[in-house]
Amino acid sequence: MPLSKEQVEHIAKLARLNLTPAEIEKYTHELTVILSYIDQLQTVNTEGVEVQNQFITAENVFREDVPEPSLPRSEALRNAPDRDEEYFHVPRVIGD
Amino acid sequence: MVGYQGEEKLSVVNGFEPVIGLEVHAQLATDTKIFCSCRSSYGEPPNTLTCPVCLGLPGALPVLNKKAVEFAMRMILATGGQIQPRSVFARKNYFYPDLPKGYQISQFDKPVGLDGVIKYRLESGEEKVCRLIRIHLEEDAGKSLHPEAGEAYTRVDLNRCGTPLIEIVAHADIRSPQEAYAYLLKLKQILQYTGVCTGDMEKGHLRCDANVSVRPEGQEKFGTRTEVKNMNSFKGVERALNYEITRQIELIRSGGSVTQATLLWDEKRGVAEMMRTKEESHDYRYFPEPDLVNLVVSHDWMEEVRRNLPELPDARAERFVSAYGIREYDAQVLTATRDLADYYEEVVTHAGDPKAASNWVQTELLGVINAAGENIATYKVRPNMLGELISKIGSGELSGKMAKIVFEEMTVSGRKAGEIIKEKGLVQISDDTAILKIIDEILAASPDNVAKYRSGKTNVFGFFVGQVMKATKGQANPEMVNKLLKEKLDG
Repeated sequence: MPLSKEQVEHIAKLARLNLTPAEIEKYTHELTVILSYIDQLQTVNTEGVEVQNQFITAENVFREDVPEPSLPRSEALRNAPDRDEEYFHVPRVIGD
Repeated sequence: MVGYQGEEKLSVVNGFEPVIGLEVHAQLATDTKIFCSCRSSYGEPPNTLTCPVCLGLPGALPVLNKKAVEFAMRMILATGGQIQPRSVFARKNYFYPDLPKGYQISQFDKPVGLDGVIKYRLESGEEKVCRLIRIHLEEDAGKSLHPEAGEAYTRVDLNRCGTPLIEIVAHADIRSPQEAYAYLLKLKQILQYTGVCTGDMEKGHLRCDANVSVRPEGQEKFGTRTEVKNMNSFKGVERALNYEITRQIELIRSGGSVTQATLLWDEKRGVAEMMRTKEESHDYRYFPEPDLVNLVVSHDWMEEVRRNLPELPDARAERFVSAYGIREYDAQVLTATRDLADYYEEVVTHAGDPKAASNWVQTELLGVINAAGENIATYKVRPNMLGELISKIGSGELSGKMAKIVFEEMTVSGRKAGEIIKEKGLVQISDDTAILKIIDEILAASPDNVAKYRSGKTNVFGFFVGQVMKATKGQANPEMVNKLLKEKLDG
């Protein structure tokens, strides 16, 4: 089923992407192609096959609950476009 | 408690029945975060507990904290739930400044725990059951500090990012704010007993959101619900629910209807206000977290966790009744927290008298501890000290009155009973001859009163007792004084 332009706009908005009308056109087409491939996969008979969410067979990879040093604060804050000595700064959050 | 207490039918107000479903986030008492080795600690300087994983830096990969899983398993077992043999982590996608990755790692359609119940008790003693839907693992977000007047930015502290949480989602089985309050107290008690969470709501270790609706009494269909957030104390939950239930009922009675919304409780002002929400804010687009492998819990692992589960509060209270012969009410009080129950049991081993220990712990000890805001686990009068003191009453060395004097001194100096008794010369006189000698002196000094007594005015008996106690500075064994005086006067 083809994806609608509105659906693409909605997804773009959720992902905070500002798309031009041309891009919306383009992605509507590309995503529709991807989804039709999924539709094709869904025609395969999977009766008796367990649902998988991963391709790797590993399971239960754990850490022990032992602390290790964190980053120095100056390092943690270094890449932030806006900050002070202690905090990251972000534009005022309204309506919280 | 505030609200509807004392009404005939606690859960029905003006013909409407509230329906409440609670979602509780409990911070797990691990040493480190859920997916990285940063310490999980409250009150540290901002942004000093971060690393590439919890900052969401490119290329960093999460690795699950085994202890966090075991804590979740404990809580599932403690509430009679089903640990799932295979569970899956999922990304919950949304943008907010305190969530650096742009998604929260949580669990969605395959949580680690399903079902379970919380059995709790109202203040009236009535027992209630609330069924649980699920318990799942997830990470916490950071903290936004809102700008002061004139500032153009919000500050962000990411220390809390990645702190392990379990979310305990209950069915909408709760029918009044009082039930919600009692449910939360019980939940906190179980979390504390199992060592899973400190349960400190004021520190945000326990957080509660509520789904609230009302329906006309007798109607089966639920009304439209609202979600109330930001309640940060147990009493706050009760107050907020009272507020919202009243608001919904008044709205319906005046011809309006409830619209679905999220409300933020303002504790200071005592009101809940609608939150402005964008229409797509609940479109979280969950999908399985590709950076984490599935969590598989074997039967052996589950049984190991079950074996290591401490005795739970209800079982402990029952044991207190059967093993120590104390009343059920007292057992409830003494098992309110694990620290208190531990303290009491230690007192019993030294006191030898479980009932006396129960009385002393509940009245004398808790009186002092509550008044001074002390922590029982570290309080200077240790349980062996209190137990020793109580044993001295049992052996006749001290009267109850004298023991209270000694106890008071213990709460001041933290010294042992033996030392205080020696220093104050507080030894109970339980020696027949010594007491008889004093009685003889006193009777000889008050022939009038003796005559009065013998002529039938036995109310002067108290006068003699008082005189003997005065002469012995309160140290005569009162039972013996009563007995010997009676013999003398009647004989």
